[in-house]
Amino acid sequence: MSTDGNSREALPEKREDQPEGRSGRPEDLVPEQRAAASAGKPAGRTGPDPDAYLSVRDLRVHFDTDDGLVKSVDGLSFDLRRGRTLGIVGESGSGKSVTSLGVMGLHRGPRAHVTGEVWLDGEELVGARPEAVRRLRGRKMAMIFQDPLSAMHPYYTVGAQIVEAYRVHHKVSKAAATVRAVEMLDRVGIPEPKKRFRDYPHQFSGGMRQRAMIAMALVNNPELLIADEPTTALDVTVQAQILDLIRDLQQEFGSAVIMITHDLGVVAEVADDLLVMYAGRAIESGTAEDVFTKPRHPYTWGLLGSMPRLDRERSERLNPVKGSPPSLINVPGGCAFHPRCPYAELTGGLSQSTVPELREAAPGHLAACHLADGERTRIWTEEIEPKL
Amino acid sequence: MTAYIIRRVIAAIVLLLVVSAVTFAIFFLVPRLAGQTTTQLATQYVGKDANPASIAAVKKNLGFDLPLYEQYWHFLKAIFVGANYKFGPDAARCHVPCFGYSFKSHVEVWPNLKSRIPVTLSLAIGAAVLWVVSGVAIGVVSALRRGSFFDRLSMGTALAGVSLPIFFTGQLALVLFSYQWGWWGDVQYVPITDDPLQWAWNLILPWVSLAFLYSALYARLTRAGMLETMSEDYIRTARAKGLPEPTVVVKHGLRSALTPIVTIFGMDFGLLIGGALLTEQVFSLQGIGNYAVGAVKDNDLPKILGVTMVAAFFIVVCNLLVDIVYAFIDPRVRYQ
Repeated sequence: MSTDGNSREALPEKREDQPEGRSGRPEDLVPEQRAAASAGKPAGRTGPDPDAYLSVRDLRVHFDTDDGLVKSVDGLSFDLRRGRTLGIVGESGSGKSVTSLGVMGLHRGPRAHVTGEVWLDGEELVGARPEAVRRLRGRKMAMIFQDPLSAMHPYYTVGAQIVEAYRVHHKVSKAAATVRAVEMLDRVGIPEPKKRFRDYPHQFSGGMRQRAMIAMALVNNPELLIADEPTTALDVTVQAQILDLIRDLQQEFGSAVIMITHDLGVVAEVADDLLVMYAGRAIESGTAEDVFTKPRHPYTWGLLGSMPRLDRERSERLNPVKGSPPSLINVPGGCAFHPRCPYAELTGGLSQSTVPELREAAPGHLAACHLADGERTRIWTEEIEPKL
Repeated sequence: MTAYIIRRVIAAIVLLLVVSAVTFAIFFLVPRLAGQTTTQLATQYVGKDANPASIAAVKKNLGFDLPLYEQYWHFLKAIFVGANYKFGPDAARCHVPCFGYSFKSHVEVWPNLKSRIPVTLSLAIGAAVLWVVSGVAIGVVSALRRGSFFDRLSMGTALAGVSLPIFFTGQLALVLFSYQWGWWGDVQYVPITDDPLQWAWNLILPWVSLAFLYSALYARLTRAGMLETMSEDYIRTARAKGLPEPTVVVKHGLRSALTPIVTIFGMDFGLLIGGALLTEQVFSLQGIGNYAVGAVKDNDLPKILGVTMVAAFFIVVCNLLVDIVYAFIDPRVRYQ
């Protein structure tokens, strides 16, 4: 990446103490990105929403690879308030997990370039010192991972790992931390918590392990909980229990939750708001109710069409989205979804040439699509909805 | 845990018995299969004034005319209770642990062998400390700064270290430091009980030469292990908890990466105590390795058998220790 001084002034002020790897240094940006950054953000979206606990603004996470620059997340913005659950859905490789790790500040190394803004409780994290972000991790924001067996250290007892998580952020004795850890194990529904405290992760069943993982994430009462496909590795009966548990704990502590999943069933269960991602961008967002009942983007229609339903005739076939997710190195020009979109011709070539902006289609309901609003409503009500 | 250790100890004892039976069979049976008679074996003990009568006497006294399994039994029994030998005019008492008498020198194998253990042990322990500390440290830093100048330099040096045999690096060290610059005179073993400083000073060259070879290997192993563990999910979890990076690297990363290192170390160290043949030769240290070389050169069966048993003993013990340490490191082993 070249370094030319001209575009620097166009960028937002640069902080002196920017860390390596997470930096927003202008020399880390490729030309298109600089153009995007200097073009300015929509008015009123630059600062954090005062009511939001988490505000993400124009988040970009790019990786240098030998094959080229991978734009895993490319200009994502959203807000999340305490007590609300945001579901982020999309196919594999749409940038869901990369977003969550970006919020947590867990992209490391010289090849990861994180730019944009992440405001957590009034603090900006992307430009902050890594040490400052580390102190927030696990305390104000915590994360639950997909596979609890590989996500826990096999050589330490479950109890020791929870105690460790507590003592990083609290100057307390081991005994006090142990009491706290046992209390958390009990709270997440692990029977005989005192005994299980001394067990190793491999001695737990899958569901119990995920409960322990949740106990570890919640031991510091974080106000933001990011659950990255928390139920994917579990069987269905356990899935429901874990989702119930997360919902209960959220109500109890009033925390903000991001639920990352490719399972629309999970989202329907727990999410208040929904963000649909495609090729590293948000293509639709709104309340879960709106997005499920009045989806405004052909990709969302495709997602809903590929969901099996029991209340339908079995003879009817599912309607999966045709084609496969785009390469994040060569994202299709214009609307990234146009090669797979059955309605791309209806835009008069616009979808091939211009990136659609995320526009408000109804109050609080945004979609990034070139199709005219009326046309979209017509397609949904006449062609899509009856077949679901 | 106790059950696990007991199982391991029993397995180790069985293994030693098997090793003793196999070596005994190889050394006494194979020559016989090749046509050597027990008379020829007895002749080796008799020495200069050999005549049919004395050979027959020795043969009978040493039990060479007995069936092989009985001879093995006597050999085994002698290790634990000692034995009486009679190959000259006078009877000789071979003390516990008895590995017999040397063909050539007619002295007991064990006392001579025993006196060499401290030399080899000193060499092995000192070198091991050096190579483990330096190898693991270099490996960790290399892995964390993958692709950096340090990584390339150390991995390049490691490749050289692995490829260069000890008789090259050892000789080079001797030529430069001992002969050219005279920092060391002749390397001479001084027991640590006599003078710890002189002990260490004299062993520095052999230690460094030996450690260079091994630390290269360990640096590469550690680097590979660290690269693997640092990309594990539980490392991401550790970071997500907000642990400081040093804790993540050492407590969560290195802890896992060390497990295979412990295994390899047990084997390497055991082998080394069994005789660092080349290093002892290069630096003229009178250790077990040198003893083994002498025994083989003289074709002195009791000495060969003795040194093999001692080496096997050290290797088995080291592996036993590794198994036990393993159970402490990895709980999944303990609860199997």
